[in-house]
Amino acid sequence: MHANAHTGAGASATVAQRPPAAGGRDLRLDLFRGLALWLIFLDHIPENVVNWFTIRNYGFSDATEIFIFISGYTAAFVYGRSMRERGFLVSSARILRRAWQIYVAHIFLFTIFLAEIAYVAATFENPLYAEEMNVLNFLKEPDVTIFQALLLKFKPVNMDVLPLYIVLLLVFPPTLRLLLWQPGFALMLSALVYILAWNFHWNLPAYPNGVWFFNPFAWQLLFVFGAWCAVGGAQALSGLLRSRIVLTIAIVYLVFAFLITLTWYYESLARFVPLWLSDRLYPVDKTNLDVLRFAHFLALAAVTVRFVPRDWPALKWRILQPAIQCGQHSLEIFCLGVFLAFAGQFIISEWSGGPLIQVAISVLGISIMIAVASLLTWYKRIEGRSSPTRVKTSDADLAGGEA
Amino acid sequence: MNFKIALAAAIVLMNAAAFAAEECEVPPSLIESDSDLARVAKAIKEQHRLDIAVVGTGSSALPPGANGEDFAYPARLQAALLQLLPGNDIKVAAHVQARQTTADMAAELKQILAAEKPVLVVWQAGTFDAVSGIDPEEFKTSLSEGVDTINAGGADVDLMNMQYSPRTESMLAVASYADIMHWVAQEHGTLLFDRLAIMRFWNDQGTFDLYAATKKYDMARKVHDCIGRALASQIVNAAHLTP
Repeated sequence: MHANAHTGAGASATVAQRPPAAGGRDLRLDLFRGLALWLIFLDHIPENVVNWFTIRNYGFSDATEIFIFISGYTAAFVYGRSMRERGFLVSSARILRRAWQIYVAHIFLFTIFLAEIAYVAATFENPLYAEEMNVLNFLKEPDVTIFQALLLKFKPVNMDVLPLYIVLLLVFPPTLRLLLWQPGFALMLSALVYILAWNFHWNLPAYPNGVWFFNPFAWQLLFVFGAWCAVGGAQALSGLLRSRIVLTIAIVYLVFAFLITLTWYYESLARFVPLWLSDRLYPVDKTNLDVLRFAHFLALAAVTVRFVPRDWPALKWRILQPAIQCGQHSLEIFCLGVFLAFAGQFIISEWSGGPLIQVAISVLGISIMIAVASLLTWYKRIEGRSSPTRVKTSDADLAGGEA
Repeated sequence: MNFKIALAAAIVLMNAAAFAAEECEVPPSLIESDSDLARVAKAIKEQHRLDIAVVGTGSSALPPGANGEDFAYPARLQAALLQLLPGNDIKVAAHVQARQTTADMAAELKQILAAEKPVLVVWQAGTFDAVSGIDPEEFKTSLSEGVDTINAGGADVDLMNMQYSPRTESMLAVASYADIMHWVAQEHGTLLFDRLAIMRFWNDQGTFDLYAATKKYDMARKVHDCIGRALASQIVNAAHLTP
């Protein structure tokens, strides 16, 4: 397929030519993961007017749910095939290699973060913020901090997703084995772990205090649910997803969530939420993947699947290719997004950026993500070309490498 | 001649005071609340006195030396209240100690209540918990129990959240702790002084450049003065006292 790509249409044609037949790669996954990566980038710049467009302002769930679900789906799709064809050992080895790559990427990002912090510690001083500056104290004992970072216990702000992903992949070989053997049982087991984690407050410890921001015992449910959909769950649900009742419930819930989120931003509307309701709703717990968030993601997914079919013609449009390509190189683009968010925030704080600068930074950041994604696509293609005998392996890598 | 100088000085001072009040105005929506300060109202109306205890951590004080105490918001709150409610005996006692978690402070509350019998406790919390990464669940429990203790001790509560600190935003995640404070305040029907939103508003309006790096105390003092004023007007509003 790589060898056949016409030169004119470039990388996007390579992708678009993939037949959306059963068993082929579902481009919707790449598209929505790409979009999620953009949203995560935008959300990671705290002072950003463009944030008003991201989905977390319109409901309970945000781009993280999309990212984790699709990551679970693609992981099962790619490694499931590998497990069926080449056995448990080989596929496990590939999954663990992937976990290692993500670990290295995380530590790379941590280094950049350290550099930023060290700069702020050296240059920023203001008696007003004596208390807040305590957060830089860890620089005084780099031996402990760096060691704790290597153990994934010390995690800077906005660097919590990759450690979650690493842990999920570490336990993925047996999970996948079980999913292929007894998918329904595996999903139930995952739900049980979620419930037990809520009941017994399970979470992994963090340094210097507290617990992981994304509780792996809770968030695994979304990852395993994604994986379950990939190994046949989606077909099992297709009847349900076509039903009008399900669609209606999903839309009603999305509208409800939207109205509730409105009250977060317009204090005057908050009085319309009755006390009995707010007592039940709050707090909407992100750490433990609140049921409200999970349900909101399910509703979003149900509506999306309904209106965006697998063979949706727009998936071949050129205008959507940038998002699809970003989704296909999710690890690289995710890391790039975290870095760009650091950099963007840095520019905003150095120059006190107004709304215009914030928009410019957002647009520029996403453009850089797109450019890098198309560069990576191009690399894949030339590598595929230079050794035609390895086309098949490298094709598997494209999918497998980006699971 | 002397009279003229005095008059000129008085005019300058009045202008300065008016300017100071205007320059850090807070939109009413940021300090309005449905919760009442019934005990505060009663103390002022019946006894013409008001004893307030401020319990807090580092951001409730200015660094010592250079009379930090006189310029920090607890002292400014007292001054602003005396101005708004003249003829009343108003005292604000600051129980401020750096590097305390909310659990640490909650443990001290009983003793403060017993010793001073304040009518209102302004409880500033959350920053050090965020700095030391306290489990949000634990933070919620400590805060919730603390509010119960204060109410049981016969005092109203005004919870104060974190400062808006844009420079440390990428290192210090205060949002989830701020959400918990909102929620605890709502659940207990107590007042919340949203320092985070108010300082963000000042920064957005250009009232203060909170990104600025400086060793000087000028801006920090002004910010604390403005917080004291805003807090005073919130208390007067919530107690339905007309100045």
